Amino acid sequence: MNVPTNLKYAKSHEWVRVEGDTAVVGITDHAQQELTDIVYVELPKLDADVEAGKPCAVVESVKAASDIYAPVSGEVIAVNEELAHAPELLNEDPYGKGWMFKVKLRDTGELGELLNASDYTHHIGA
Amino acid sequence: MAVSTNSWRRTPLHAAHVEWGAKFVAFGGWEMPVQYSSIREEHLAVRERIGLFDVSHMGELIVSGFRAEAFLNRVLTNDVRRSQAGRAQYTFLCNERGGILDDLVLYWLEPMRFLLLVNAANTYRDFGWLTEQAAGTVRVENHSDEIATLALQGPLAPKLLPMAAGLGLFHIGAFDVAGFRCWIARTGYTGEDGFELFCASEDAPQLWDALLTCGAEFGIRPCGLGARDTLRMEMCYPLHGQDITAETTPLEAGLGRFIALDKGEFIGRSALVEQKEKGVSRKLVPFKMLPGLPPPRPHYPIIAGGQRVGEVTSGAPSPSLGVGIGLGYVATGTTQLEIEIRGKRFPATIEKKPLYKKPQ
Repeated sequence: MNVPTNLKYAKSHEWVRVEGDTAVVGITDHAQQELTDIVYVELPKLDADVEAGKPCAVVESVKAASDIYAPVSGEVIAVNEELAHAPELLNEDPYGKGWMFKVKLRDTGELGELLNASDYTHHIGA
Repeated sequence: MAVSTNSWRRTPLHAAHVEWGAKFVAFGGWEMPVQYSSIREEHLAVRERIGLFDVSHMGELIVSGFRAEAFLNRVLTNDVRRSQAGRAQYTFLCNERGGILDDLVLYWLEPMRFLLLVNAANTYRDFGWLTEQAAGTVRVENHSDEIATLALQGPLAPKLLPMAAGLGLFHIGAFDVAGFRCWIARTGYTGEDGFELFCASEDAPQLWDALLTCGAEFGIRPCGLGARDTLRMEMCYPLHGQDITAETTPLEAGLGRFIALDKGEFIGRSALVEQKEKGVSRKLVPFKMLPGLPPPRPHYPIIAGGQRVGEVTSGAPSPSLGVGIGLGYVATGTTQLEIEIRGKRFPATIEKKPLYKKPQ
């Protein structure tokens, strides 16, 4: 199981990479392995306001549609347009080309609520 | 996602599924493998090569006796007399209103002995219904615990079971496989060539291992209920409890060819005759989404003429077709559909059965 140490994690299996005042968000390797066969991704709209802990995107596998929760609050300043044509990037490269959206952090204090790599590894029982 | 599995029943192959890395799902009161590797890979293995499914959750009822044939012809919609010993027949168990209590395959094992392969969730109710209807005239037995059922499906299945390769479509016979006595039928729920094997529950783990070991050279994969669902959906085979229920009839489901209105009296006949004369007001239709649209799922609203006219009964991304597909009831004559997905409406096209056709 790949759990990079430079990222922060939500218990609901999203990862966050902090770049200045921006949070890049995706789903974890564990999440993509559980979902498998991702065939469709619905991203938040650009400029949308997302709230930590609330659903803001949807990932569809062959099996089911799953909500993706915003790990932090703020304005969506970029979305990964590639995923519209290549949703399988979430399976193939969840921490790289499979990034989902970027949020301009409203409250950096929220980052303290997220798990570090070792706590997330423990959380998923890996 | 975390659901308690405490009260779910397990098949004799549960340990084998764990060993093969299955993910499990609740289905019809059972804890069953939904997938081992990936639904897509398992689905394509069945379309292109061969896959092995544990379907031991399904119920096996045995009806026997001198009057078994006449009894079954009175409780089932298809005409048993069009079948014969050594043959299988798809049929419905209907109530007086013509509503579908269950759909099943009737296997005529011996002149006075029939096996009914019924849906897992309906096993006890079917058993009770048949026992009540039989009123002592025939024996009705529930052998679901003693019989395990495996489905070996895919174009290479006859290579793995050469002893049964001579069986005609919808024929059944007794064979020895890896030293175990089985009833083998050339039937399935995937649209591919293949077999269903009925064996003693205690033999199932060794038979499962033998088939996967010997099937390795043909690229066999263990397959879960996820692939079983997408495979049957591509063929527009209905799933009881979703696409057909006690509130829908075989005519509404577009499966009138499995009711023999001319065979004499049977339960549900008069309601079905009346419905056929009047014409059905709604029909189960297969539909396809355009490429790039989100897949339909059960219970999504179906919109026609700007109005909500029904809901999706089955829906998923089709691994063979690469687009979303589904089934749902619409008013007879409906030609244009939209599916409402998370508050937005997307166009779908009504298609003919089956949605997937084997490339020639």
